[in-house]
Amino acid sequence: MTEMRWDVAPGDRPTVPVSEQKASSGFLVYTLGLLLAVILTATSFWVANTSAIWAPGVPAGLAVLAIAQMGVHLVFFLHITTGPDSSHNVLALAFGVLIVFLVLAGSLVIMANLNENMMAHTELMNLQMQR
Amino acid sequence: MNVAVEMDAVRQGELLDISEAGPAPKRIIAGFGFWIFLLSDIVMFSALFASYAVLAKASAGGLTGVQLFDQRNVAMETALLLLSSYTCGMMSLAINSRRYFATFLGAVVTFLLGAAFLALELREFQGMIALGATPQRSAFLSAFFTLVGSHGLHVTVGLAWLVLMMVQLSLRGFQEVVVRRLHCFSLFWHALDIIWVLIFTVVYLMGVLP
Repeated sequence: MTEMRWDVAPGDRPTVPVSEQKASSGFLVYTLGLLLAVILTATSFWVANTSAIWAPGVPAGLAVLAIAQMGVHLVFFLHITTGPDSSHNVLALAFGVLIVFLVLAGSLVIMANLNENMMAHTELMNLQMQR
Repeated sequence: MNVAVEMDAVRQGELLDISEAGPAPKRIIAGFGFWIFLLSDIVMFSALFASYAVLAKASAGGLTGVQLFDQRNVAMETALLLLSSYTCGMMSLAINSRRYFATFLGAVVTFLLGAAFLALELREFQGMIALGATPQRSAFLSAFFTLVGSHGLHVTVGLAWLVLMMVQLSLRGFQEVVVRRLHCFSLFWHALDIIWVLIFTVVYLMGVLP
């Protein structure tokens, strides 16, 4: 691996020594990414429609497949890797993922909690009305 | 990449300290800046996803996802967008090796696949509205149209951008600034596909589960 002075830009493939470069390597990366993405997408659609899987486990399976496919897109299409020359891009991505997680999980937890409390309240009111 | 490496031939050879290396080339700075913009765009989408997830069951007695979503249509949309992402990758390979004709071919195919995706999505919206499932009908439908609609809007902007880039490329050739913009476009296009992965999983597949 050649030493480098700068991080690569997102979307740039990590630099490989000229001796190892082939014109077809980029083509291979994209094609491999496409194949993996097609497999994961097809699995997602199968999982959603099959009865072979325990029904309550289906959403978790779909979530795992979607996260895997986003990873495939990041690595094979956007060329975000864990290499030392892409640390800035990965750090920015990590921060983005943190914010996305906070927004999603925060809203869902808070709204589910509110829902539950509201329901308990209506049930209580029903009890009072029954009396 | 080959050409990029040749252009930055200085990079090969001795390693300099980060303090001695000086500012990074504009290509890298622009790419990184656009990456930050994409991440902020994804954060915006996460808010839309959160509101959709909260409101997904609030159909107010109207039509629900199970009745509205057509999986065959979604599968076709997914295939179109994935393929256009792939041809966009082919286009950036052609740009890296400065192949004029291959770049135009990649752009045309990417544009056609993206436009076909958009057409399918608009037809789906039209069908839903014809059934009375308008954004005003329920909180679920408002959240649905906002989320999927803003993705569609992004695709529309991407298509317009692609046309603009092709005009610039034919007028100015592979100038550094044009190549940089094309690079940002391909980042944008791939990021849209990532968001679509989440949409078809969360909205269309999880939405029809019993």
